[in-house]
Amino acid sequence: MAFPDRIERTVEIAQPPAKVWAALTTAEGLSAWFGKDAKIDLRPGGSAWMRWDGGYTADMRVERVEEPTVFGFTWHIFGLPEDDPRRTYVEFTLEPAGAGTRLTVVESGFAQLPEDAYRTAYDGNTQGWASELGELVDYLDAGH
Amino acid sequence: MPATDIEAIAEQVFVALADPSRRTILAALASGGPATATDLAGQLPITRQAVAKHLALLAEAGLVTAEPGERRRVRYRLSSAPMRVAQQFLAALARDWDGQLGALKDHLDQHAGKSQEG
Repeated sequence: MAFPDRIERTVEIAQPPAKVWAALTTAEGLSAWFGKDAKIDLRPGGSAWMRWDGGYTADMRVERVEEPTVFGFTWHIFGLPEDDPRRTYVEFTLEPAGAGTRLTVVESGFAQLPEDAYRTAYDGNTQGWASELGELVDYLDAGH
Repeated sequence: MPATDIEAIAEQVFVALADPSRRTILAALASGGPATATDLAGQLPITRQAVAKHLALLAEAGLVTAEPGERRRVRYRLSSAPMRVAQQFLAALARDWDGQLGALKDHLDQHAGKSQEG
């Protein structure tokens, strides 16, 4: 089994980079193709937000803004609890291709595993059995 | 952290979930909270021996933890960390960039069409 850490796609778009840039980095653009509603503070460290039908929202943090070639943000890994700190990084790269744009999107970080999650996965189990065996020892020591 | 470790954790979750009895046990612990093997055997169409065997496997995989219960009976509780690792794997599979980029292309094509008309 290979854990998929990185997703990469490239598409050719007939419109020039400036148009694609606007679709990726403005609230009006994002809400037209990505979320149903969007807000964005377009600067590194700025926050962005999208909402879909059904109440699902995504909070993003803008990381790279190099108009009109690189736009990057991090967001929460879908499906994980709200308080989980893990985030994936999404980076769009725009290159002129004739009259249009070659757009590449890379999302990475799905396979990250902080040390605390690793310890919880394994030590929790070990401690559970340690306390149980301790109880067994106490029980036997008590003369049963 | 070597990638093989995270893969091993995700694999244990999927192996555990591939068995209908273990799915039933995990679902019972998720909905009803910590329970003993006897509690689970009483609620589910699975013998106590089979429940105990599955719980031992789940505990070894870190998917449930054993804890002291009433009258010195072992209670089992779901352990969420491996599930979150499996969710990361599923999140990568569920991320629909093909659909999103298709929507982006459609949006820009429509926009271009409107500009030309206007």
